[in-house]
Amino acid sequence: MQRILIANRGEIALRIIRTCRAMGIETIAVFSDADKDLPYVKEADTAFRIGEPPVQKSYLNSSMLIEIAKREKADAIHPGYGFLSENAGFAREVIENGLIFIGPSPKTIEAMGDKIIARKTMEKAGVPVVPGSGGGVSSLEEAVLLAGEIGYPVMLKASGGGGGIGMVRCENEQALNSQYQSTKARAKAYFGSEDVFIEKYIADARHIEVQIFGDSEGNAVHLFERDCSIQRRHQKVVEEAPSPSLSAEARENLYRTALSAAKAVDYVNAGTVEFIVDSEENFYFLEMNTRLQVEHPVTEVITGLDLVEWQILVAQGDKLPLTQEEITRKGAAVEFRLYAEDPVSFFPSPGTLSEFRWEADDVVRIDTGYREGNAVTPFYDPMIAKIIVSGDDRNEAIASARQFFQGLKIEGLKSNAPVFRELLHEEAFLSGKYSTSYLNSVKKAAK
Amino acid sequence: MKTITAAMAGTVLNIMVSTGDEVAEGQEVMMIESMKMEIPVEGAMSGKVGEVKVNIGDFVNEGDVLIVIE
Repeated sequence: MQRILIANRGEIALRIIRTCRAMGIETIAVFSDADKDLPYVKEADTAFRIGEPPVQKSYLNSSMLIEIAKREKADAIHPGYGFLSENAGFAREVIENGLIFIGPSPKTIEAMGDKIIARKTMEKAGVPVVPGSGGGVSSLEEAVLLAGEIGYPVMLKASGGGGGIGMVRCENEQALNSQYQSTKARAKAYFGSEDVFIEKYIADARHIEVQIFGDSEGNAVHLFERDCSIQRRHQKVVEEAPSPSLSAEARENLYRTALSAAKAVDYVNAGTVEFIVDSEENFYFLEMNTRLQVEHPVTEVITGLDLVEWQILVAQGDKLPLTQEEITRKGAAVEFRLYAEDPVSFFPSPGTLSEFRWEADDVVRIDTGYREGNAVTPFYDPMIAKIIVSGDDRNEAIASARQFFQGLKIEGLKSNAPVFRELLHEEAFLSGKYSTSYLNSVKKAAK
Repeated sequence: MKTITAAMAGTVLNIMVSTGDEVAEGQEVMMIESMKMEIPVEGAMSGKVGEVKVNIGDFVNEGDVLIVIE
């Protein structure tokens, strides 16, 4: 591969550029009008405007992206995460135009993108799934009947959903009655399909995922787990590895199960198998993300590997660089997602970073798409930066996180930095005994 | 004359009221999308909608007047 078009923006575009540069690969960036001043545009070897700020007119404009890739003689397209990264139609279009799509096959993306098909596929492969409707529910009556059997609370989810969007928790039949139509309508509006399904709501759950990698020769390995239980609105805020709560036995079980999941779909390239783990360490398949995850640096830090490099190697047909036995981990890493949002209401807070600086030593990795003076616009996701701290153990990592957030200066918009400053001194976080409802319960207690 | 303004920049996703409607304090009158999130706009006071200043799909900045309440 000599030239790669990056169909993304911000920090992940910069991240991909970094690896390409190390591998001697040229990069082509694309940008909307809102992003023309961002660092990734300047860092890429070449950059092209793709349209107005709204995503439909820019980063989701697949034909324009492919046109630029072909015109500029790119060999491959890296979709990053979000946007078109899990769009099977786009992957197919890329391949049909004689380009390499850096990711799994369109067939895999399609199967795992439909949560109902994904569930069925995993069940067949012997991977435990959350008790639920199995298939989609076709009427409110059916939903009520099933929820009664499973037991409340239940989660009502859009089949095409993901990233915390399109799901709602129903405490009782009344809630299900009132949420059913609106969830279907939202599913239709956001994901183009009004299919919904029901799952048991697992209380005090932890969200733990396993990084997997497969190649076209049928090899598959895992790169350990990431604990992503600190969330708000079903979206991740802090991720860490290793999980501070998992027993050695459960850990091995998770890895084994994740590999079964990978093999069930002949997985090629980087993927993540997400599990929900209850307080008894029972675990269930949640979904499979067929792309590089936002939180991949956590895995890179503990393994010393470059996952983007692996993605490129595997996409060009190479074998996985290492066998399972050769992959080792060392120490602990924690990632904090710095968002442009109100620290109390979690509402978005776009604005210009009038001040954005920090003091950091070499155990802190900062992946950001912005520099001081850049605007964080309302058109895209609110993530400003990922701060990844590490150490020989979790306590060391936490100590450098405290130091980092103390020295962080961020002005011009509201950020969730105060949440981290608090979190880093709270017993539940320090002991590692937190669940996905943690941030919300802290918030409630503060009111 | 009182107004309901945008708490943050974003795109108008939905408008739930029209001119002449009576709105109650706390009632959701509009939905704004910002940073991939839907933010409900609530009426800060009760009254009658005098004018809706924006259309669905409009981009609004923080502080822009969305609705005039009589």
